[in-house]
Amino acid sequence: MQAAVKISQLHKQFGNLTALSEVDFEIPKGSFFGLLGPNGAGKSTLINIIAGLVRASSGSVSVMGYDVVRNWRQARQCLGVVPQELVVDPFFTVSEMLRLQAGYFGCKSSAWIEELLEILNLSDKANTNLQELSGGMKRRVLIAQALVHKPDVVVLDEPTAGVDVELRQVLWKFIKQLHENGHTIVLTTHYLEEAEALCEKLAIIDNGKLVALDTKAALLARASDRFLCISLNNSDISNLPSLIKAKVESFIDDQLVLRLHKTQDEIGSILEGLLAANIRFSDLHIKEASLEDVFLSLTGKEKA
Amino acid sequence: MNWYGLYTLFAKEVWRFVKVGVQTILTPVITVLLYLLVFGSVLEEHVQVYPGISYIAFLVPGLIMMSLIQNAFSNSSSSLFQSKMTGSIVFMLLPPLSSGEFYLAFVGASIVRGLLVGLGVWVAALFFVTLPLYSVSILLIFALLGSGVLGALGVIASVWADKWDHISAFQNFAILPLTFLSGVFYRIENLPEFWEQLSYYNPFFYMIDGFRYGFFGVSEVDISISLMIVSVFFVAVSLICLWLLHIGYKIRN
Repeated sequence: MQAAVKISQLHKQFGNLTALSEVDFEIPKGSFFGLLGPNGAGKSTLINIIAGLVRASSGSVSVMGYDVVRNWRQARQCLGVVPQELVVDPFFTVSEMLRLQAGYFGCKSSAWIEELLEILNLSDKANTNLQELSGGMKRRVLIAQALVHKPDVVVLDEPTAGVDVELRQVLWKFIKQLHENGHTIVLTTHYLEEAEALCEKLAIIDNGKLVALDTKAALLARASDRFLCISLNNSDISNLPSLIKAKVESFIDDQLVLRLHKTQDEIGSILEGLLAANIRFSDLHIKEASLEDVFLSLTGKEKA
Repeated sequence: MNWYGLYTLFAKEVWRFVKVGVQTILTPVITVLLYLLVFGSVLEEHVQVYPGISYIAFLVPGLIMMSLIQNAFSNSSSSLFQSKMTGSIVFMLLPPLSSGEFYLAFVGASIVRGLLVGLGVWVAALFFVTLPLYSVSILLIFALLGSGVLGALGVIASVWADKWDHISAFQNFAILPLTFLSGVFYRIENLPEFWEQLSYYNPFFYMIDGFRYGFFGVSEVDISISLMIVSVFFVAVSLICLWLLHIGYKIRN
């Protein structure tokens, strides 16, 4: 199956700074792909190279089989990018901007623009100057601009950064709908729960290198630990056995959280140990490791 | 070739300056009329130009060309630099538009603004003086080449600049002196020897002289030499502009 985006041995150097080093992976056609990484990891540089906004030092990138340098016209025609920054051209209205953006891609039809305005709830703002829009509305316009030429691959760079909960839900729904309609979605986000909820496959970049590339399920399975959350009857854990004490992740307001190894620690023995130490509890549940835990262990970052 | 994309970018650039027409067309016309009023009335009796041509008649073609080239420069430089500063340039860099199409759209729109301002000055100047018309084609060629050169210089300046100060410096320390020292207000043969010789190295002088020839059929240097120098200058500036756009200097990195 042809890859929607193929990245081969990509390297980008900015002076002494290595922004990307030998990055090599594919984004399957029709997939919902998450590109994760801490700030300054190289995600934006990678997206900018895919979009033709930055030139790679070496290596290659193709979009729907078109090399972004040799067949740049076809590659750009297949790609829609929603930039992270809320950028607008202050001279034009929403409708004018969308018509211009479509024109740059050689598209003359205005029916799709009307549809986009409708879908993104922008119809009543069609004749409003872009500068007068709220942040959320500007974000919607940016998404509409990326879609005016019906690209096969849609790259969303932090699309929900700084938007309220309601709009985030609207955008999630819309992005899911785009994916169901056959678009390949590439999402970068700081909200790991967002990536966990939406993406099928993920790449994690750290210090310009690809540190993980797998399906969400496989990445989650990589976590070696899980958490046993216990609601204690009192707050005295002074007589906690030392073997259990070593596994305490947190203890706040009678809520004891133990980090247990998936295969080496038996929950039965832990509970027996608690009872033997005369520590009583009213409730307990198991919490599996989240994508955030996997992400933090792969990037070597501390949990905030 | 992305013809429709090129047309759209060109139309957008024209649309942009038309939306603020008072600032981009009317104001420059008024400013030039003030020049005409002040310099024309003060110097009419003092400056000798060509036999049979009044000073005010001599002045008008120079002022038309001056306003034309200054506005061509302003158009591309302010539009592109503003896009660069606000980040909205990304909307023009993401689509399948080549550096050639980018150049044609920006320089084309600059030419249109230059011609509109020049035409405005000409029409307004009719209240003061009626000019002869020796050759419309010569007028058009020099107007197109002059505004084309400055449109391309505007693109170069905005690509190179990192802040508005840089654009202003380019305009005030390069474009403005070259324009004022190009024979807009006088014949260069009236200058002291040193300045006269120096003026021959100013490409703007040939734009003004050639343009004035289109009205009167007389010029300080042979029209074919002016045409050749302005054409070579246009090609050279365009090539530099295209090269900077092609390598994405300060815009694709």
